[in-house]
Amino acid sequence: MASKTTAAAWRMFSPFTLHSPCSISALNIRQCSSKLATKQDTTPKGSPFRPAVSSTHDWIGPPNPLSNLRPIVYHIPENESDLQKRLRHLRQETEDWNHDFWTKQNFSFTKQKEEFIISQLKAEGLTLRDEEGRRRSLDSEVMAVFYKGFLDTNGVRHSSYNNEWYRRNFTITMLMARVALRNIWRTVTKRNDNNSTSAT
Amino acid sequence: MYKTPCCRLSGLVGLSVKQKLVLNVPQCNQSARNLIQLHRRDPSNWLTYQHLIFLKRQYVIKNSELHQRAIPKQAPALTIVNEREDTIERRVQRIPTIDPADRHTVSQPEDVNSEAQPGISTLKPVAEDAAEQRDSVSGTVGTSHETPHVHVETDKAKEERLDRQWKQLKVIVADLPDVYAKLAKIKLTALVVTSAAAGFAMAPVPFDPLLFFVSSLGIGLASCTANTINQFFEVPFDSNMNRTKNRPLVRGQISPLHAVSFALACGIPGVALLTLAVNPLTGFLGALNIFLYTCCYTPLKRLSITNTWVGAVVGALPPVMGWTAATGCLGQGALLMGGFLYCWQFPHFNALSWNLREDYSRGGYRMMSVTHPSMCKRVALRHSLGLIGLSTLAPVLDVTTWTFPIISLPINLYISYLAFRFYREGDRGSARKLFFCSLWHLPMLLLLAFTCKKPRRDPEEPPAAALALALQSSLPS
Repeated sequence: MASKTTAAAWRMFSPFTLHSPCSISALNIRQCSSKLATKQDTTPKGSPFRPAVSSTHDWIGPPNPLSNLRPIVYHIPENESDLQKRLRHLRQETEDWNHDFWTKQNFSFTKQKEEFIISQLKAEGLTLRDEEGRRRSLDSEVMAVFYKGFLDTNGVRHSSYNNEWYRRNFTITMLMARVALRNIWRTVTKRNDNNSTSAT
Repeated sequence: MYKTPCCRLSGLVGLSVKQKLVLNVPQCNQSARNLIQLHRRDPSNWLTYQHLIFLKRQYVIKNSELHQRAIPKQAPALTIVNEREDTIERRVQRIPTIDPADRHTVSQPEDVNSEAQPGISTLKPVAEDAAEQRDSVSGTVGTSHETPHVHVETDKAKEERLDRQWKQLKVIVADLPDVYAKLAKIKLTALVVTSAAAGFAMAPVPFDPLLFFVSSLGIGLASCTANTINQFFEVPFDSNMNRTKNRPLVRGQISPLHAVSFALACGIPGVALLTLAVNPLTGFLGALNIFLYTCCYTPLKRLSITNTWVGAVVGALPPVMGWTAATGCLGQGALLMGGFLYCWQFPHFNALSWNLREDYSRGGYRMMSVTHPSMCKRVALRHSLGLIGLSTLAPVLDVTTWTFPIISLPINLYISYLAFRFYREGDRGSARKLFFCSLWHLPMLLLLAFTCKKPRRDPEEPPAAALALALQSSLPS
């Protein structure tokens, strides 16, 4: 079981091999990513497509089937400054938080939709599947009642997510800008130092 | 309805096989359908053919790496039948239930489309959830117990397939023009510039080509900025909607900082160009439009249905800007041109959003079509009729001659008729018809208005010269 879960988790996180199996359920698998990201690269397995050990960039993966968001594996540079570390942690945390929200959202939407369809069909006295075994589908007008209800019940949750997301997005972008400017400044000053040392 | 190859293959090959196919087939199918419909309307539309060829090529490329891993669906015939009536709404990525106790294990690689129903073990997998996203990641419930007559994708192969989908977050310079075009929603920008050009052309002043070019450029840059910032704000929402999940920021082709820098690089020169080279009023309107779109419309989409009205104003401003660029002042004609676009937005957008109700609901967007369906239909009808009224108002305000309301009556009546059908029936078919009508109705209307533009008569010039001037100003340039 442990090997299966680690294999599953590993598939989620190809660049790193899992040495310590995290407690994995579908949702928790993403929380592990915070721990994983802080581990340095370890030797990858055979596939030629896996990112190399000495990767210099972040990697972005295919959309997660639960949240439809793409996971990112962050590259940790050698001389990581505090600012860069803060940025990386914030991005990772935001990613996990986003994934959490959307997984719950998609899951509850699908579940409630099913419940609605079943209750509607029951009210009409129909079975879930018709004679040929096909699922019965409901009229779009009837479904519209469900869609409206879903939006109404989740209105407050959505708007608080919105505010939080805008705040985080903005902070991340500002941090990225600061990191980029600092890198440019460092490159420029280093070049000046080199010029001055070579001149003397 | 024309059956694309996509449709057939999606019946044969498990949509669960490749994520890419799942991602592309619905798009391919819907785009193909849309394109076929567009094609029927206007065969000379080069965009249609190019798109179709591009889609076919894309599909063939995907297909070639597919055939070795084909896992036929369990119930292909039923799926095809269902899918024919199905539209993009059904092809939402269904998220299977998370059942920790019964997680998909590696040793059961039957990638079937399992129904996301808790506690119901599907003996026959559900045919209608055709576009369920499949991945080998744990959490998916593969509860079908049928033994497929397939050869199974090995774990290693699956791993490798997923590994291949990991990409470096690195800017590929060769892709940048394409990325920028997508960020700026270049086709939408082109339409915005066209409507601004219409406003410019309808202004009762001599045509100045340089001014026309400069103002079009400025308005285009402003539109690029607004679209980019909109995408920057909406990354997680775009990821979850079928229509928008291949946008550059969602796919990680560029970083958010890069996108914002691009937006600033377009917006600042754009607004500056409008303010300095055209006139301050147009510059102000450009900045206002960017603000309305990014800071009012985009957040409002998730808070209240008033977003549609704000969006209609955003759409109405470009022709107003075109008019003010030409004349330098905000005349009645400017407001009339803006009025045309404002009224047109409602049948256009309400019809479009009618068929996307499920996606909007799941994504948390508050649109009239989801929360107030009858209002949605009523508003579309009301504003379609309003177009007739505005066309009649045009000669009263000296923008066009009296020929215009007469010759525009057929197309206005047609769109009103379709809006009425939509109001009465309120089904997917009538919504789709109304939407596609709106796509050709607006360019036709603007063109007719231009041909009926009121010729300018300068009282100080001698009559012959005045006539020559009038002819010159009403000639298309």
